[in-house]
Parts: sequence; structure tokens; C-alpha cells
Amino acid sequence: MSKIIEVKNLTKSFKTGDKELVVLNNMSFEIEEGQFFSVTGRSGSGKSTLLYQLGLLDHPNSGEIIINGIKVSALGNEERTKFRLKELGYVFQDYALVPELTAIENAAIPLLMQGFGKKEAYQKAEKALHRAGLTDRLESLPNQLSGGEQQRISIARAIAHDPKIIFADEPTANLDSETANQVMQTFSELNSGGQTIVMVTHESEYARLTRRAIKLGDGVIVADGKPENVI
Amino acid sequence: MQKQKRKIDEFLISFKLGFFLAIRQMRRSNKATTALIIFIMTLTFLNLVVVRGVLIGIIEGSTEIYQKYSTGEVFVSELRQKSYIENSPSMLETIKTLPWVESFSPRYLERGNIEADYKSRIRLTDAPNSVGAIIAGINPVAENNTTDLSSKIIEGKFLSLGDTNYILLGSSLLKKYMPMDSASFTSLRNVKLGDKVRIKVDGNTKELTVKGVIRSKADEVDFRAYVLDSVLRNMIGRTDYNVNEVAIKLKAGANPIVVKDALLNSGIGDRARVQTANEALPKFIIDVKKTFAILGDIIGSIGLVVAAITIFIVIFVNAITRKKFIGIMKGIGISAQAIEISYVFQSLFYAIFGIGVGLLILYGFLVPFINTHPIKFPFSDGILVAKAGATFFRVFLLALATIIAGFIPARIVVKKNTLDSILGR
Repeated sequence: MSKIIEVKNLTKSFKTGDKELVVLNNMSFEIEEGQFFSVTGRSGSGKSTLLYQLGLLDHPNSGEIIINGIKVSALGNEERTKFRLKELGYVFQDYALVPELTAIENAAIPLLMQGFGKKEAYQKAEKALHRAGLTDRLESLPNQLSGGEQQRISIARAIAHDPKIIFADEPTANLDSETANQVMQTFSELNSGGQTIVMVTHESEYARLTRRAIKLGDGVIVADGKPENVI
Repeated sequence: MQKQKRKIDEFLISFKLGFFLAIRQMRRSNKATTALIIFIMTLTFLNLVVVRGVLIGIIEGSTEIYQKYSTGEVFVSELRQKSYIENSPSMLETIKTLPWVESFSPRYLERGNIEADYKSRIRLTDAPNSVGAIIAGINPVAENNTTDLSSKIIEGKFLSLGDTNYILLGSSLLKKYMPMDSASFTSLRNVKLGDKVRIKVDGNTKELTVKGVIRSKADEVDFRAYVLDSVLRNMIGRTDYNVNEVAIKLKAGANPIVVKDALLNSGIGDRARVQTANEALPKFIIDVKKTFAILGDIIGSIGLVVAAITIFIVIFVNAITRKKFIGIMKGIGISAQAIEISYVFQSLFYAIFGIGVGLLILYGFLVPFINTHPIKFPFSDGILVAKAGATFFRVFLLALATIIAGFIPARIVVKKNTLDSILGR
């Protein structure tokens, strides 16, 4: 398997008053293509911060991030946006759907931004919604749907344009256990189809469902390997 | 070249997606809020067009009155250095032959004095109840056909052809209607219909009975007294029938400039001044017209700034409250340009709907209503001047201001750090 993500000496710190709080400290690791990768750790360990760096939503202070052979940490804002649009997909904890758009419209906007015609974008979005487990209520607005249904739309939006990597930030945190299990089942199915997934979670039961996990503590990786060994 | 084409393609995609997002946001936004914003835009548009239109309309109404009740569409008057138009009968014959002329009214004019209460004046040293005025000698039928002056009678009746012993007084000659008294300006006190007045012209005196009072809100009309043309002609000994001015009413659609040129080409210009109604306007009216237009523009500009600020606030509040979603859209790869365009479209929709409703109110109701029911100002009957060209220029200005006012706040919010927006920081 080839490396899809390479992280070299990644450091991210924040200023809090006069103090410099180092959240990610000279971190290095690699993720292989097709991996279902989880990032765990206690609250404040830097899990989400790491995901934001990998997902190009934030800039590291130093270090390199290489995705699919491209040194993305050196890209400007516009290039980062284009890269995110084409190569990455996101699933957020609170679903992060646009409230005025229906389920199918939410799933279709990254495709429309990529220049697909409306008909083709809607067809692909519908297919993605089916893959994510939402087969009806495609014309409903997010506030008319349950949390689980909204998270399925979020997943559909993330996979509709066939991204190289999906980043999921605590995707089960707001869901009841049954719905959370269904969402994890969807992720597992996607991964079985070869989709690389990087998921942040504080719930060990869901981290166990991934194929590799790292555990963060005080800004460094304290454990890396099979989830059952890390957690 | 390749790079330029890519940029254009990206812009087109952003444009389409911006429209897509704007339509959905508008369609699914709070209807009452949308209606309120459109209402504000409508009021702003009306403020921009109507205030200026009414200000100009006050003077336009005044100039229309001048044209209608005094000069007609074309006005012929004596040359400055002459006291009448020489060879007037042949000039009138020429006017009569012009195909565009509906009717015309020749007038004899002479400065004179009108005195009332002369019989009850006890001592010669007592101040007389008199006023200096231009006495106009008219043919009442021709005058009425040309200027419809009888419609402006506010007391009594208009002159008839046999009224050799009667006089009409302009309302500004009467203290009742012009309550002003100074050393340089006098007016007739307590003069009523049926009262006898004495007019003194060129050393000749004639006693006449007041038959009516005219009030048109045009000084040229209201500061005059009217008698039959034959009466004044006899008093001033104008046996050659040379008149001082002629008001000419044209047939519908006739161009006053064409008529003026035709008169000048006939040689009348050598012995008379030929002007269109606009050219014959007193200079102060032209100045006031320009002044009101400037005032209207200033008030309109303030309205434009208010509209821009309103839209700015609306879009800014909208964008700030949706900062998280803007961040998410940027996060999933939607370009800043597409998001900005969506807000520009939204403000444009507000402008288009607001202006559309404003145009309907303006041309569907206000203009026809005010034109048939002019606003009664003290010195004119104000109409609403809203010429299509000027209105559409203001439509363009308002739309442009709205687009800019929608774009700036959207850009401010879109420029914020994507992660900060997503996390609501």
C-alpha cells in the first residue's frame, strides 16, 4: 500500500495570553492509502487540532504535510480550497449542513462547485446518499430530519465527489448508540471499498472498529498500532 | 491564455453556484424579514425618485402654468427697444396661416394705474386706494381659446365680447389675495365684484366695473388687469392695431421649435421676439428649477447612502449569523467567490423586487394620480416629474449601491479564517 498522508515534524501551538501552548509537538507519522485510521486521546490532547492540520483547515507552525505526493502544507489559501474540494471529504461532529439546502442539495454542492451540471451533480449526490444509507426524504431540509439522517447527509456530501480521503471529526458524538453504530457501519463499508478514512474519536468502542489508531497525549503520539493495542 | 480560460471557467462556476445558493437562501428565509427589506428598498427608491420629482414638479407645475395661461407654446413679444410689435396685423395673418397653430391671442399691454374708492376719498392728501399694474387688452374669445383663462376665474365671471365697461383683476392686485403692504408694493384694499374702479393709462381715464378676479399662480397673469382689446386700444390710441404680445397655442403633437423657426423664416424676427414657452420663462424660474434639481439630488444621494447602509447592515447581520455555515462551505471547498456572489445576488434580489414595487407604485399610481390631482403649493400646482431616463438612471444607481453594499459585508465575513468561522471563534 502506498502512503497517502505523510506528516513530518508537525508542530502547532496557540498563544494564550503570554504563554505559548504547544498542542502538536514535532509529530511525524504516515497513513497508507485505504486505511481506516483513528486518532484518539483524552479531551484537549490535540486530536481535532491534528485533524484540522491534515484536512487543510488550519496552518501548522512548522513541519510538513504531504498528501498523495503533494506538499499541501506549502499551498496558499486558494490552492488549499481547491485541494479540499477535489481530494478531501469532511464529516463534522454537528453535521454542518447548510440549513437552507435540502438533503440532496447539501450533498450536491461540492459537485456543483467542481463544475458538474445540475442533473449530473444531483444523480451523483443521490447515489452518495444511498451509499450513506439515506434512501428517502432527499428533498427534506436538515431541520426536518433526525440527527442520524443529518449525519448520513454529511457523509454523502463527503463521499459524493469520490475524494481521496475522508476526515471525520467525532462523527458519532451527537448520535445515540444505535445510530452511531449505523454510521460506523457505513464508514466500514466505505473503507472496505478502498476509501481512506481518518477519524477523530474519544469513544474507544468506535476507535476499535478502525484498522489503525494513534493515541495522543501532551502533543505527541503516545501509542500507534492496532486499535486494540492502542486503546 | 490557458490560465485566463481557467479563471473564467472558475468564475462561471462560482457565478452559477452563487445564484443557486442565493435563490435557496432567499426562498427559505424568513418571509416577514424579506418583505421588510423589500419594503425598505421600495421606500428608498421612492425617496430617491419622488422627492426629487416633487421638488422639480413644483417648478415644472409653475412653468406649465406659465405656458398654459400666459405664453402658450410659442410666444411672440415686442423687441426690447420697441413699445409694440410693428406691422402686427400682417404678423397675425402669418400666424393664422401656419398649419400647426390651434389658436392665438394677441394682447395690447400698457402700464397704468387702477384706483378704487376714489369717490369716497375726502382729501387729496389722503393716500389713494390704488395700484400700478399692466393693463392687458384682450379678445376674450381668442384668449380663452388659447389660454383657457376663464378656468382661472376665482370670483365673478370672465369677460365677454361686449363688456366694454368691465375689468378683470389679477388676484395679486388685491390685498385680499396678496396681503403685503410696503412702500414699494401696494394693492387694492376691499375691492369686491361690482365695485367701480378707475384706470388711468397714457393720461386717459376710464371707469370700469370689476367683473371677476383671476388667480392662476403665474405672476405674469395674476399681476395684470384685463379689459377688452378695443377699450385699451382706444385709451392708448393704438389705431394701427399693433399689439404687444401674442400667445400661440399649438395643435397636439406640434413641435414649438418648428413653429418658432417658421415664424422667424417669415421675417417676423426683425420686428418681434419669437420664443418657445421654455425660452420665455422668467430667469428666476429657470434658476429655481436648477436649484430644486440640485436639492433633489442631494436628498436623493442621502437616500442612496441610507439604502446602501441598510443593505450593508442586512447582509452583514445575515452573513455574521451564518458565519459558521460560510466557514463550513469554505471548508468543503466552496470558493469564497461563490459565497460572495451568493450575497451579491441576494442584495440584488432585494433591490430588484424593491425597485420593481417602487416602479409599480410610481408609474401605476403616483404619477397619474398627482398629475390629475396636483399638489396645491402656494405658487404652483406641483406635479410629479419622473421622466423614464432619469428614473432608470436612479434605478441603476440604487442597484449598483446595493450590489456594493451587499458585496462588502459578505467579503468581510468570507475573508475570516475558515476554521475560526467553523468553530464560531
